[in-house]
Amino acid sequence: MPGVDGFIYPNEVELQWSVLIVLYPFLTGLVAGAFILASLERVFNVAAVHPTYRLALLTALAFLLVAPLPLQMHLGHPERSFSMYLTPHRESAMAMFGFVYLWYLMAVLVLEIWFDYRKDLVLAWRASRGLKRKLYGVATLWSDNISERSLQIDDRLARFITVVGIPSAFLLHGYVGFIFGSVKANPWWSTPLMPVVFLFSAMVSGIALVMLLYMAFCRIRRVPIDMPCVDTIARYLFYAFLIDFSLEMLDLIHRLYEADESLHALDFMVKTRLFVSQIVLQIILGTLVPIALLGMIQVTRLGERARRSVYAVAGALTLVGILAMRWNVVIGGQLFSKSFLGYTTYKMGFATREGLLPAILILVLPFVILAVLVRILPPWTDEASAQRQKA
Amino acid sequence: MDQPRRAFLEQTGRFILLTGAASLAWDYVLAGAPEAAPNYVATDHWWGMIIDIDKCIGCGNCVRACKAENDVPTDEPGCYRTWVERYQVRPDDMEHPIVDSPNGGYDGFPEIDKPGEGVKVFFVPKLCNHCAHSPCVQVCPVGATFESPDGVVLVDKDRCLGCRYCVQACPYGCRYIDPRTHTADKCTLCYHRITKGLTTACCEACPTAARQLVDLKNPNDPVHEYLRTHKVHVLKPNLATGAKAFYNGLDGSVR
Amino acid sequence: MSGRFRDIEHVVRAAVLFAVGFVAFAIIRWALVPADFGVYGFYRAGALADNQARPVKYAGQTLCLDCHTDVGDTRKGSRHATINCEACHGPMARHASGNFDVKPQALNPRLLCLQCHTKGVGKPGFFPQIVPADHGGDGPCTDCHKPHHPKIE
Repeated sequence: MPGVDGFIYPNEVELQWSVLIVLYPFLTGLVAGAFILASLERVFNVAAVHPTYRLALLTALAFLLVAPLPLQMHLGHPERSFSMYLTPHRESAMAMFGFVYLWYLMAVLVLEIWFDYRKDLVLAWRASRGLKRKLYGVATLWSDNISERSLQIDDRLARFITVVGIPSAFLLHGYVGFIFGSVKANPWWSTPLMPVVFLFSAMVSGIALVMLLYMAFCRIRRVPIDMPCVDTIARYLFYAFLIDFSLEMLDLIHRLYEADESLHALDFMVKTRLFVSQIVLQIILGTLVPIALLGMIQVTRLGERARRSVYAVAGALTLVGILAMRWNVVIGGQLFSKSFLGYTTYKMGFATREGLLPAILILVLPFVILAVLVRILPPWTDEASAQRQKA
Repeated sequence: MDQPRRAFLEQTGRFILLTGAASLAWDYVLAGAPEAAPNYVATDHWWGMIIDIDKCIGCGNCVRACKAENDVPTDEPGCYRTWVERYQVRPDDMEHPIVDSPNGGYDGFPEIDKPGEGVKVFFVPKLCNHCAHSPCVQVCPVGATFESPDGVVLVDKDRCLGCRYCVQACPYGCRYIDPRTHTADKCTLCYHRITKGLTTACCEACPTAARQLVDLKNPNDPVHEYLRTHKVHVLKPNLATGAKAFYNGLDGSVR
Repeated sequence: MSGRFRDIEHVVRAAVLFAVGFVAFAIIRWALVPADFGVYGFYRAGALADNQARPVKYAGQTLCLDCHTDVGDTRKGSRHATINCEACHGPMARHASGNFDVKPQALNPRLLCLQCHTKGVGKPGFFPQIVPADHGGDGPCTDCHKPHHPKIE
């Protein structure tokens, strides 16, 4: 059979989960990571990252809105997906998806954004006319009150939501790791470390994304980049990377040491089919190089321009590396047969329902949504937050 | 007309009608118009299968019969409810058998010219193991696959989303997505046959009785004596799936 | 008092919105979940009947022998006695139910017999196997062997 080496079970000839399923953990990972960055300011009072607070929330929202799209396009019967709300099988990690997603979207992100932006929304409602006025009216729930006390209440509630939001963000992405990690049939996926590895790589990717977006938007708006902010973000990115790398190395060392039956199959797969995406893209370019670059910043004194270039390169490589990691987990886990005696090949179409073209479009769409969000909810005018800083 | 005769005529008429209807229904059952099994009590049964490796000749009759009986696609890749694998095991290397399953064994197996000195060759039919602690049932997000009260793992085609999580979770590779309905599909242990007192299509077609349907709850079923007197295995026992396909004579090299 | 309420008025409105959402969801769930879901386990009980209601294509040997008693007699004592009729003759449920227009296909001995009896490395030793080129020439197997009682006395 073309594309098959060795023996695979007859039903394994085609991969079940395509590149779209690679995208879903990537997107929710960005959401979780961006939210954690926002919470650095809100909950942990890291004042330096303040300029990225609202941008991080909007980024999280833009990506979260797109996240179900690859899943819907993958399902055999997307019209039945509502069944996950009607009869969720409590033994199945996937059944949690609907509720965790809805909780995170409505009870965490939307509420937090609402409480933070409410004053601006009310002011915009007062100042606009026609259709815009109607929309802002809905957005404010027709409540006009922006008294000092009401804003204080907003602030306290937003803080509370952020505190709740941190474990919620962990859950949103951690359960995806559990979906893979709990499949005992697949030794590439089955490890208790999977949710933790997913989570830390999510944080790395989300932080890198917001850092890149902030620098990009500053360029577009032709305002100076707040270097202490970006330096702080890069430092947290570095720390998260160290933890992420340690976890992945721990998993690898464990596998190599225990050398159980599946190792030979996995080892061969990594050295052949997965070489470029795992060794080159994920480990070298996507992890070791960014860690080296960011580490270098910590111990040297480079000028601002040099640091910005380093951050841009490191951030971009990070995103590529984390996407490669998702690819290696999802696609890699399906390239070898459960008989451990053979391998198949992933044939990705282009303009098919689960092909490369929809994947690219799904990756581009959140940026389009973010551009719209940044227009209607500008994250740059934040006197209220600045006042909070002084208080 | 007086009452007793009227009552008699009514009763006779009803009897004739019912007998006619019943025989008509039975004919329908046999002729193939779909009908549920009215008198079957699921909790009286606990289905499994015994597969005797020492008897399998690799003719592929079971694969053909299954596809015919259950209308399984024959021209799409990767749609096998049951299949047969051929193992060639070198005496010094049990961990690396050479295995093949051309079209799942549907057309039998091409001849091996020279298997080599001391190489052991045998056939292993495979199917859904109808696990008592099935990982595929565990992961279905909407309850579209389940274990019936009589121990058969089935798919509800009207609820399945086609998310393919169950296909990933099955350690034996026995599930696939039906390309026509875009839902998960697999061996149903010919549920439409066994609930009407027939045996599965694969067991019906096997010329050497290498495959036998068994009912573990039936005290008269020969399976109890068989399990007592033979050394049987299940596939991948370390995964504790509660598999109910029992293999007699299974070699350690079988994956 | 009303002044304090005004300050949390927006929160109350948001809470009401969420509550309405919950209620709407509960109603939708009550309406959409099938009534027979969860009766035997976490699945729709009707799926059992759905799986039972498939057409039967293989009649089963008992039914064949009900009419074809002569074949039953011929097979007594032969090694083919334990093979079910439809293993060779194909699915015959429609024929067995009285639709005699449906007849079994004519069988090609060299294709059918050799499917099982060609010598194969993996076949168990007790099983009768021949190398076709060395056994009986190019003619059909039925020239010498009767399929229902293949041993040549």
